[in-house]
Amino acid sequence: MGEMEQLRKEAESLKDQISAARKAVHDVTLPEIVSGTAVVGRVQLKTRKTLRGHLAKIYAMHWGTDSKLCVSASQDGKLIVWDSYTTNKVHAIPLKSSWVMTCAYAPSGNMVACGGLDNMCSIYNLKGKDGNVKVMRELAAHTGYLSCCRFLNDSEIITSSGDCTCALWDIETGTQKTIFSGHMGDCMSLAVSHDFNMFISGACDYTAKLWDIREGACRQTFGGHESDINAIGFFPNGNAVLTGSDDGTCKMYDLRADQELITYQDPSIMCGVTSLAPSLSGRLILAGYDDFNCNIWDSLKAERVGVLAGHDNRVSCIGVTPDGMAACTGSWDSFLKIWN
Amino acid sequence: MMDYSIAQVEAAKMPVINVEDLSDKDKAKMEVDQLKIEVKLERALVSKCCEEVRDYIQSGVEEDPLVKGIPEEKNPFKEKGGCVIS
Repeated sequence: MGEMEQLRKEAESLKDQISAARKAVHDVTLPEIVSGTAVVGRVQLKTRKTLRGHLAKIYAMHWGTDSKLCVSASQDGKLIVWDSYTTNKVHAIPLKSSWVMTCAYAPSGNMVACGGLDNMCSIYNLKGKDGNVKVMRELAAHTGYLSCCRFLNDSEIITSSGDCTCALWDIETGTQKTIFSGHMGDCMSLAVSHDFNMFISGACDYTAKLWDIREGACRQTFGGHESDINAIGFFPNGNAVLTGSDDGTCKMYDLRADQELITYQDPSIMCGVTSLAPSLSGRLILAGYDDFNCNIWDSLKAERVGVLAGHDNRVSCIGVTPDGMAACTGSWDSFLKIWN
Repeated sequence: MMDYSIAQVEAAKMPVINVEDLSDKDKAKMEVDQLKIEVKLERALVSKCCEEVRDYIQSGVEEDPLVKGIPEEKNPFKEKGGCVIS
């Protein structure tokens, strides 16, 4: 038997064992556990603010930890930091490359980062001495586009890339401390755990992976989606993962059961999920879709309980404030909307 | 005389993994190695995990602003003052 054939057989056998082990703990379904729980009441959120200023498609947004400031990235070649309470632009940062796909706000509020088709993650210092926002570092090593980035702190950031890897960077030296490889398709999205020890990634190989940041190892792999995973986030309790895919569904996977608990789907939804965010308690999952809408799901009952309709083009990004007070949607129509 | 910054030296040492450059055999070996790690995982009962998800939500849902709504005076995004045209 050739070595390839041997490896293939070994992989199949291991996958069968994992499948059996998952089945062995699958003693009940989530719908059965919550059969006595009522569906949450209809959720009707209103647009409270519209953030106007970008001149082209918005690709990404991220809330700061103060739940007031947020950063957005547009293919007009700008990063804008907004005061969402007043709609004022705190910073309008011109980018070297307008092909931006992601942005992130550091937990400290001191920096923002972005990247895209330039394959780099650029770090900007918001608190420079002379008040000007300047590029602090350009993190270059990925051989594919930068799809997502998230700060661990002011000295470390995690990136995901179209080169199928994720990486942990030392911002000070501008170098990769760890490369996380294992995905067999473009990495599209990542989210960091609340304790900053783990992160999850979603990719075009239809899987989500849980990574141990310090060990540099993949701990778990979740399948089931039938197309690219574009969006990923931690459920607020930290023990479950939410994913959104081009297959039109969102899923919740539990880390400790190592399997899917439920799928959020509707036969009337025939387009991909671009973005998602849970509400503060996790009872609601807000998901943005290619059809210009955002659906609000009851996470326990897997029923749609609301819609955010108001954008004139694809909803590309969504984020709920850390304090849970509002959701922000960003769209290809160039606007951001704040809802609650 | 060449002067290299620490960053440049470190950058030269960085490992670069191009998944596209890996042979099919390398990828297959990577996959098997990863599966060997994952097969050893200890898995908790789905019932227990579902109950924890449900309990976590129940304990927080009453304070979830997007579920319960926000009184006008407490909403930082609500329009403040201004004229009302009637």
